[in-house]
Amino acid sequence: MILEAQDLRKRYGAYVALDGVSLAVREGEFVSIIGPNGAGKSTLINLLTGVLPPSEGRVRFKGRDIGGIGPVALARLGMARSFQLVQIFPELTVLETLQAAVVSRLGRGANLFASLRRDRQVQSEALEVARLFGLADRAYSPARALPQGDKKLLDVASAFSLRPEIILLDEPTSGVSTADKHAVMEILVGAARQIGLKAIIQVEHDMDIVFAYSDRIIALHQGKVLADAAPAAIRADARVVDTVIGRRAPC
Amino acid sequence: MRTPLVLAVVVIAILVLPLVSPPYYVTLMLPFMAYGVILLGLNLLFGYTGLVSFGHALFIGIGAYTGAVLTTRLGVRHMELILPAAALAAAIVAAPVGALCVRYVKIYFGMLTLAFGMVFYTFLLKFYRLTGGDEGMRMLRPYLLGSEWAGFNKTAYLIGPYYYFSLAVLALATLLMWRIVASPFGLCLKTIRDNPLKAESLGVSVPRSRWYAFMISAVYAAVGGALLAPPTGNVDPTLAYWTHSGNVVFMVLLGGFSSFFGPLLGAFAFIFLQDTVMSVFPYWRLIFGAILAFIVIFAPGGLMGLFARRRGPVEVSRG
Repeated sequence: MILEAQDLRKRYGAYVALDGVSLAVREGEFVSIIGPNGAGKSTLINLLTGVLPPSEGRVRFKGRDIGGIGPVALARLGMARSFQLVQIFPELTVLETLQAAVVSRLGRGANLFASLRRDRQVQSEALEVARLFGLADRAYSPARALPQGDKKLLDVASAFSLRPEIILLDEPTSGVSTADKHAVMEILVGAARQIGLKAIIQVEHDMDIVFAYSDRIIALHQGKVLADAAPAAIRADARVVDTVIGRRAPC
Repeated sequence: MRTPLVLAVVVIAILVLPLVSPPYYVTLMLPFMAYGVILLGLNLLFGYTGLVSFGHALFIGIGAYTGAVLTTRLGVRHMELILPAAALAAAIVAAPVGALCVRYVKIYFGMLTLAFGMVFYTFLLKFYRLTGGDEGMRMLRPYLLGSEWAGFNKTAYLIGPYYYFSLAVLALATLLMWRIVASPFGLCLKTIRDNPLKAESLGVSVPRSRWYAFMISAVYAAVGGALLAPPTGNVDPTLAYWTHSGNVVFMVLLGGFSSFFGPLLGAFAFIFLQDTVMSVFPYWRLIFGAILAFIVIFAPGGLMGLFARRRGPVEVSRG
């Protein structure tokens, strides 16, 4: 069990955003979290990534309580994330963006006088990830000049540069055109295999993507787990189809 | 790149200037070199980390007063001791002040730095016995390289040994800053400037990096401040006043904060522009206000941005 949440509750004043959510992610799994707006997905992500502490319950990553530990400590422990709204460094090039992640992973961020350009390890690791994500020929473009799909890939690629054990993707294909969604996912899954990622968790609205890639799907509704099962069982679950997927479920 | 060529020409021009130019213009170069050091540091905070300090005069003041106190009260006349002492004094003050300020960003950071600057200004003004109040203190002519340069009158000293000493300090400060911005740390600062949320998710410790940048820029300001004092021979509280903080921010904007050498160009342009405008028109601030408005609206990349644009499509826009 690499990531485990027990009986998570999160209250904002009187409002209960999460009401007793338990889940577990094992090595080798690709888990999708789905649910309608307001189901508590964003809150759940914030708890799983240690951005917010739970009001009750526990989140354990590799056996360690990570409630509210914050993004920097989380990255050091080996969990990375990407964001729903694409997060890039507009003025930095693709390569610089990836280098920043490598520098941080190697703990060289406080190195004031070393030459970044002469750091072979940082250079080669960053380039390797750029190749893996098909961004090598844009290595020297500033991130702001990339097309939307590549920005999304860069966001994920920089998270991969941390060589995490687990990655949490918040809507990895949002803002990407329907035609490109599968391409983005293929690159992502391929890179995950190359890097030796132990597990992927994604929050996703696009049911095509969810059903095509998940080993397991967790459906949230009104702050509770509605269902937690393999894709086939989820598809057959009338409650999930009604509340989350909608009638026009993919077949 | 034509940068190395341009740089070589500029360095040679600065080296030969005292031999060919009237002394007046040579003495004008002294504040340029002092402000050059200050602005290199300020731009690490501004251009590279994305934090605008409106209280940087605090550290300029600390540097200048360190020199005055050392030469007049403690009998320490060696510039090689004054500069490290100024740097140390600034670091001691910047450590707690910076630790507090870097928790805030944007206007809150600016206002907080402004507040600390004004606290120090008031201290200089009111603690008359220690600081000389509004009259300030004398800064005795410092020894350079162990020598008093006794055979030189004031002007000869300033346009000779002191000129080259200042230039050496500026050159060293530039090389050091060049290394810092090209280091892994420099890259981390740029990620923070562009997107702190994303930087944190990549494991960059944002407050710690900002704090380091703050301290480095404070040390640069103090060293520059200590260089400012000998040409005037006097230090007074206006060095730490908020309009002085505003001036250095203006210089950075004038030269262009998105370029490494922009601030140096800004310092140069400011000093010589101020001199020219003041000699023909008493209300020079009026002209400078108009220039500032023009830069912000039409040339956010500053003078460096204008040159770069003419050479090629280098964008300088930043959100």
